[in-house]
Amino acid sequence: MHAPDGFLSTGTAIATGAISAATISVAIRQAKTRMPEKVVPLAGITAAFVFAVQMFNFPVAAGTTGHLLGGALAAILLGPHVGALVVTVVVVVQALVFADGGLTALGYNILNMAIVPAYGGFAMFSWLRRFLPRNSGGLIAATGLAAGASVVMAAAAFSIEWLFGATAPIPFDTVFAAMVGVHSLIGIGEGVISALAVGAVLTVRPDLVFGARDLSRAQLDDNKVPLRAFIFAGLAVTVIFATVVSQFAVDNPDGLERVAQDTGFVSSGQDHSLSSSVFADYATTGVANETLSLAIAGLTGIVITLAVAYGLFRAIRPLEKVAK
Amino acid sequence: MGAGHRHALYVHEHSPVHRIAPEAKVLALFLFVVAVAITPREAIWAFAIYAVIEIVVMRVSRVPVQFVVSRLVAVLPFVIFALFLPLVGQGKDADFLGIAISTEGVWAMWNILAKAVLGGVASILLAATTETPDILKGFSRLKVPGVITAIASFMIRYLEVIAGELARMRIAMTARGYDPRWLWQSRPIAASAGTLFIRSYERGERIYEAMLSRGYTGDMPMLGGDTATRRQWTVAMTIPAIALVVALTALVTV
Repeated sequence: MHAPDGFLSTGTAIATGAISAATISVAIRQAKTRMPEKVVPLAGITAAFVFAVQMFNFPVAAGTTGHLLGGALAAILLGPHVGALVVTVVVVVQALVFADGGLTALGYNILNMAIVPAYGGFAMFSWLRRFLPRNSGGLIAATGLAAGASVVMAAAAFSIEWLFGATAPIPFDTVFAAMVGVHSLIGIGEGVISALAVGAVLTVRPDLVFGARDLSRAQLDDNKVPLRAFIFAGLAVTVIFATVVSQFAVDNPDGLERVAQDTGFVSSGQDHSLSSSVFADYATTGVANETLSLAIAGLTGIVITLAVAYGLFRAIRPLEKVAK
Repeated sequence: MGAGHRHALYVHEHSPVHRIAPEAKVLALFLFVVAVAITPREAIWAFAIYAVIEIVVMRVSRVPVQFVVSRLVAVLPFVIFALFLPLVGQGKDADFLGIAISTEGVWAMWNILAKAVLGGVASILLAATTETPDILKGFSRLKVPGVITAIASFMIRYLEVIAGELARMRIAMTARGYDPRWLWQSRPIAASAGTLFIRSYERGERIYEAMLSRGYTGDMPMLGGDTATRRQWTVAMTIPAIALVVALTALVTV
């Protein structure tokens, strides 16, 4: 998702740049209050860790591999502020030193890959922990579901930016369905690996897991999660995304079918004439739904913004309690 | 580590481009990329001028063409995406070898290809002619928040150490016959990610204590090195100045 220069419109680049800069300045201030002078060495070395984590290839199926994005993992291990800051530095260095992602695309790349996964993922994590038992098992389950959801949120955020700053004639709902669809699959791998990784840290140094700071020793030793709680939490996450995605199925009965053809077309690279007729048909339906898709996109945007804001709020609150 | 001294990103040369102070090069790069990004896609001549500028800088800096091309793989996924745009774009209004394509899609493909490649080459040239610590030094001289540059410089300093640790874990797993093919076989990979985090964090704490014992108070000392002279600023700024004039002309005429 490291978009190059000029991938979205100039206005989108400037707007997302302003949002990212404002959020990161909050993250810097909060990170400094949490670990005043330790922040530089520890955030620096964990940034190197996140960079290395993105080189972790995990098997998906039959020998194909995916790699971790690490935004939610960093937020749960280090707290959302330090997590967002660390992933931001990784994205900046990748753009500047490794030419991975454009310099003028930093606004939306930071928003999608650092801010949304870290704050959104942490918000999802805090929310899910209400339904899951207060022990290490519940924490690991919440990590897995939140990390998976964070990837889908990043994909949704990208699609919404596409709506405002598209540089190609691909309608928003196609981009949204394809991005969210593909990233739901990627999210499964991200969730599994993040959960197991947090589990591994919990058994050795539970004190290093920011998300576990409210658990006592006895709660940490207990890793039982009733299947019912896990299924309920999983369902809750699925329902949230399903409500959003199903909006497209309502106004486009064959929406999912089309995405399948779309992705099948992209992977096979054949059947041009067939696909073009499908898309020609699509063009007319897409225009008619423009206002509706705009409304839905706005709604999704509000949901994501609320999730990010809730993550920020959750992260600041315990600090204030300690201060008193 | 034991792997000898090598630069994957930097091309060791003594060219005039290498000698310019980093802050001038970083600012020049940023302004140049902004000019490329704001140029309307219809102004093909403008992109040709940008390409010529980059080729001249590449020649003067003696960075091999193969080096730049091989490092361009980072933009490859977006290039592939762009290549499909004429076929999947809305509004089929043209015919190419019997396949219906969309003119709007062709323009979009050109836009993404041109800007991604020009932006990519410009960043690669900066990294190839400036050592990474110097890029960050340039950044802090341009008044980028100190926390960001300090964290980034730590990250770069320890990147090879952490990546080396990861590589050794990988070798150890492979040596014991671990060859996962399915997601449910990935527990050892996740466990090594957890272990890597603990090792990194603990290393960070040790580094912090070592820094404290050497008088660290929370601020990183500014390292020396030559700052840009007026002449260097003039030379470096000529490039984005030309690019910005081209971009503005293109904006007005198209």
